[in-house]
Amino acid sequence: MKHIVIVGATSAMAEHCARIWAEREDCLFSLIARDQDRCTRIQKDLETRNPNTQCRLHQVNFIDPAAISELITRVSAIPVDIALIAHGTLPDQQACEEDLSLCEHTLTINGTSPVMFAEAFAKQMAPLDHGHIALIGSVAGDRGRKSNYVYGAAKGLVTRYAQGLQHRFAKSGVRVTLVKPGPTKTPMTQAMPNADSFADVREVAQQILKAIDSRRETAYVPIKWALIMMIIRHLPRTVFNRMNI
Amino acid sequence: MTKIESWGRLSTPAHTLVTLSSVTNAPDIIANTRGPSLPYGNGRSYGDSCLNPSGTLWETRALDRLISFSSESGLLTCEPGVLLADIQRLLIPRGWTLPVTPGTQLITVGGAIANDVHGKNHHRHGSFCDHVTTLELARTDGKRLTCSKEHNTDWFAATAGGLGLTGVILSATIQLKTACGPWLTTESIPYHSLDEFFFLSDESESEWEHTVSWIDCTSQRGVRGIFMRGNPSPRRDIPEERPQKLSLPFIPPMSLVNRFSLPLFNSIYFHQQSKRTGIQIQHYKPFFYPLDSIKHWNRAYGRRGFYQYQSVVPRKHREDATAEMLNEIKRSGQGSMLAVLKTFGARQPPGLMSFPMEGVTLALDFPNRNTTTLKLFERLDAIIRAAHGRIYPAKDARMPRELFELGYPNLQKFQNFRDPGISSSLSRRLTGS
Repeated sequence: MKHIVIVGATSAMAEHCARIWAEREDCLFSLIARDQDRCTRIQKDLETRNPNTQCRLHQVNFIDPAAISELITRVSAIPVDIALIAHGTLPDQQACEEDLSLCEHTLTINGTSPVMFAEAFAKQMAPLDHGHIALIGSVAGDRGRKSNYVYGAAKGLVTRYAQGLQHRFAKSGVRVTLVKPGPTKTPMTQAMPNADSFADVREVAQQILKAIDSRRETAYVPIKWALIMMIIRHLPRTVFNRMNI
Repeated sequence: MTKIESWGRLSTPAHTLVTLSSVTNAPDIIANTRGPSLPYGNGRSYGDSCLNPSGTLWETRALDRLISFSSESGLLTCEPGVLLADIQRLLIPRGWTLPVTPGTQLITVGGAIANDVHGKNHHRHGSFCDHVTTLELARTDGKRLTCSKEHNTDWFAATAGGLGLTGVILSATIQLKTACGPWLTTESIPYHSLDEFFFLSDESESEWEHTVSWIDCTSQRGVRGIFMRGNPSPRRDIPEERPQKLSLPFIPPMSLVNRFSLPLFNSIYFHQQSKRTGIQIQHYKPFFYPLDSIKHWNRAYGRRGFYQYQSVVPRKHREDATAEMLNEIKRSGQGSMLAVLKTFGARQPPGLMSFPMEGVTLALDFPNRNTTTLKLFERLDAIIRAAHGRIYPAKDARMPRELFELGYPNLQKFQNFRDPGISSSLSRRLTGS
């Protein structure tokens, strides 16, 4: 039975990934989340979709390195096949500019925290030479933009980290996938303008799984963002600075 | 504000969208929304029953978790945003199916209850809410009610077919029916008169679970159509094909269905289907949900959108009223390929505002040609009125208030169960609030 650990299991993207996995085969899920009530509902949903599904629920302080290390060691007692690190918050950029503690929290929860989790998994997977770490980054991490550069900086950190981890495991059995979703319609983004034109979370989840299945190193989902971000990354500063993005 | 259109695409009014994503906080969100609001599922209602221009829509699609399923009893409990497609896909392989399903599976459980939808097996299994055992309702005053056929029965009857106007459904328990697999034994029989259609319908009801017919609304040589009937098949040895996914990726500047293309389409379809008569084994998807394989098929009617006119007339008037309506439609040169004629059985409806009654229902799409189309509907209304029939609100965008009141004699009683914080474009048009 495949052992899949999901960090941030109540995120809409992670939940939809879990559904696809559960419908596809019998899995053991270790679900790590803050909101246990919500996590229990996800557990019931997964077990109803596939009665052979097993779920274990875990709570942890997402910014405490010792707690993360302890939990991931414990969870990895059963070797982990896939670790999906999907937690995060999307604060208002302006609020980050005004409130340094919010700025710090944004950097920690979207940047340092996923890195700590990935590092904890890497430590467990390396000796076994087995496992797949999937990190949810963001197109926001590709180039700093005034509309969300604090969040973007945290995601940029994850991008660079994933690159290093991929380099480290290049010749081993451990795989690392960095998924960079474009704007997706989830409860996290519902307050944003144009939220209605965002990608459907069900489609995004399907493509995340595809990226993991095909062992891709980096995957933009939907794929059109690979092109859009390539253009944005290469725009000369004079043009870029005139854009309101 | 976000522009939202209903399935008929007649208008695209702006709404404030509020996503409900957790049943824990949904009641608070509902209670704290200001101004008239309306629950919104997958937006498959044709007319204005799912619209609330300038107001709020509570999107329920993210409330899509399954809560429990017993493979002994077949009882499924789920949140209201679950699609019927999800239930069918997950549970048919495990031997259970929705007992009643409409012509699309891309609707939410909440929407199926709010419209008390029916299917091809009405004569055998009634409508959707006949199989809903319990539902949980949240009201804008913060109250929560558990309704079933034993508790809060009046609330249950008001919510079944209540067009979302009695509160927001937080969960529902549905009694599923055993399924022997995804296949059906089906038979298509061409018919050449209404008498023949009614004979086939009456004759099939005892032996066949599903009956429906396609009717050619343009045929100049009397009535013609294809009668289809089906029964679950125990076959399990046939491999399931991957369904083709088609899509209409753009909105054509004018309706693809018009007075030139329509008779041609219909004639080709009739002759093609007439050659495929006899018993076949068919997968449940093309049999129940033929249009679900074409994404955005509603765009075929062009920028102006389309109306669907679905009515039912009591058995006593079924022959004459149907003939008169078909004559009017034929004379007008309007209509579309999508024309369905089907009989309903004699069953006590589960909801105060349920649409089905014993008799015959005719459903037709009409490309929107403004006054020309509305004038035709007035003539059809007159026939419905004289025959003591009614029009289906889930499809409606224009019926006169007086016809609604005549068709739904429980309306006054229903109004007592309305949630004062909820209203829709349809409820304001037909009840004033």
